[in-house]
Amino acid sequence: MLDLRQYTCLGAALRDALDRFSSEVCLIEAERDREKVRLTYSDFKEIALPLARALEDADYDAGDRAAIIMTNQSKWLISAYAIFYCGGVLVPLDYKLTAAEHLQLLAHSKAKVLIVEYHLWRAIMESPNFQKIATKIVLVTEAPLGVELAGAFRWEDFKRKGAPDFVMRQKDDVACIVYSSGTGGRPKGCVLTHENYLEQCRALTAWYPFWPGVRYLSILPTNHAIDFMVGFIGPFVCGACVVHLRTLRPEFVRDAFVRYRITYVSLVPMIVKNLERGLRAKFDELPSWQRAFLNAMIATNRLLTRKRPNVKLSRMLLPNVHRGFGGEVLALITGGAFMEPSTMQFFYDLGIPVANGYGLTEAGTALTLNDLKPFRADTVGKPLPGVELRILNPDADGVGEVAVRSKTVMSHYLDDPELTLETIVDGWLLTGDLGRFERGGHLQLLGRKKNMIVTPGGKNIYPEDIETVFDGLPVKECTVFAANYVWAKKELGRESLVLVLRLEQNQKFDGKLLEDISARNRRLPDFKRVGGYLIWEKDFPRTASMKIKRQALAEEIGKSANREAIVGL
Amino acid sequence: MRTADQTLDEILTLAAAHFKMPREKLSPDADFFKALGIDSLQTLDLLTRLENHFHVELPDYELQGVTDFRTLAGKIQGRL
Repeated sequence: MLDLRQYTCLGAALRDALDRFSSEVCLIEAERDREKVRLTYSDFKEIALPLARALEDADYDAGDRAAIIMTNQSKWLISAYAIFYCGGVLVPLDYKLTAAEHLQLLAHSKAKVLIVEYHLWRAIMESPNFQKIATKIVLVTEAPLGVELAGAFRWEDFKRKGAPDFVMRQKDDVACIVYSSGTGGRPKGCVLTHENYLEQCRALTAWYPFWPGVRYLSILPTNHAIDFMVGFIGPFVCGACVVHLRTLRPEFVRDAFVRYRITYVSLVPMIVKNLERGLRAKFDELPSWQRAFLNAMIATNRLLTRKRPNVKLSRMLLPNVHRGFGGEVLALITGGAFMEPSTMQFFYDLGIPVANGYGLTEAGTALTLNDLKPFRADTVGKPLPGVELRILNPDADGVGEVAVRSKTVMSHYLDDPELTLETIVDGWLLTGDLGRFERGGHLQLLGRKKNMIVTPGGKNIYPEDIETVFDGLPVKECTVFAANYVWAKKELGRESLVLVLRLEQNQKFDGKLLEDISARNRRLPDFKRVGGYLIWEKDFPRTASMKIKRQALAEEIGKSANREAIVGL
Repeated sequence: MRTADQTLDEILTLAAAHFKMPREKLSPDADFFKALGIDSLQTLDLLTRLENHFHVELPDYELQGVTDFRTLAGKIQGRL
């Protein structure tokens, strides 16, 4: 890979990567089972530079902001590179937001350029607030010929001959503005510098290296910090290949693993859990003697890889399982939500380690990651090189708010000095997450700062810590809240936890379910038990990465239901 | 060529059969996540079955934000 210490900006590193790995394949794009695009680094450069030249000719200058709203595809990365080549600032927006939210963030970011897919642009054009859009240049990808684009250009036609001028940026110049949340009223635009990304990339690739021949399946949205790093910057500076699949249909995702012999993929925990369910169902269908043999091989693999993974050995012991994943998978990368230890252990025992990590947009892609030396399913791993973590005001159990100091921590929140001052204190970023260090320097997360209760005995109880007891409860979804987090109370004492249940369609809350809940509750120490349950009639709101939006759910419940609706256990 | 009503009716029948629901409990304007009690991954499974039945291909983006049977039927009808 490139020695990133030599670079001051992403544009320069990517430019050198395109030359150094010119003959390697950098991008494959498939529409279901049909391959549409296959580019070498040299091809990529040939497409990107005329775009960069056209942007420069349209007065797109260094420091100007350019937003991208696209699903995962080759034009996302080509556009991003062209923006960096011109010295621009990239504003990757979540394509799953509504058109109104897109317009809100475009206005907040003051993006001069917007690069957007046609179907998303169509929705933006139809939005009531469309006339207020101030973005000067809009490039629309895949627009059918002859359609009305309201002054926008077709991306495919927006190119100029002649070499563009490469604009060098310094480490502390802004590379990206990434919105971590806040479309509800106070947009939180994390301003990240070139140094933030270069340092993050160095740290991540030190533990999980890419090299020419490695293929990363890009499924998480590229606007997300994880995919931007491990589905673009990381592979590119190492000469690896990114595979884009224009559908998330499970059957084509499974097919892509085999077709493209995928090495790494990032998945949200919900999808990993789904994969586990699918595999377990397949295992259960095996004749008893085959199942017994498989179990023996899994047990052998577990024993022989207890200190560290050994993929060659695992592939020999469990060839059919590995063939189903294409035979080349080294790890599933995950993060962004709580991952059940039993799921991670399940995959590890099959010889497919789950690299679980912890990060937040404000601090780059990842702060901690499982280094697999040895594998541990009960933590989010160790701090990456260059990341300092501190537990603020730890309680008797060593639990406190996680604070981070690192070259990967953002510069500030865009146009919000007040929030910046609240969040970065004396050089330490306050994450709002609660955790403690375990043996071996592993970080264990135990919840968010405010969604917690303190027992009469002085014990702090975190809903996320105890809700694993309810994993597998036969309901559609469930979660635990501190009742005072849902129905705010300005008094101490009499705090309790409530289990919120979303039942399956047509499911009745019956005695059997009640007994199941009660039995699980009884497994907890008495001071940790849930005080009651509440039946909730709507699906839980979730983020793009399928995390439950706890605050939004708590607010919704607090507004729509009374505390009296809690049924005591 | 099917009419839009026929397409809608077939979708409701297929969805009911696939998720073992009484057909009469599904209405055209019902939110299919709620009516069928399914999550986003199960929805993808349903869409694949509908595509196979109607011999059409619906890009993921076409279905973003689509939650009721009638709108889904319109998307499929547009590609028949």
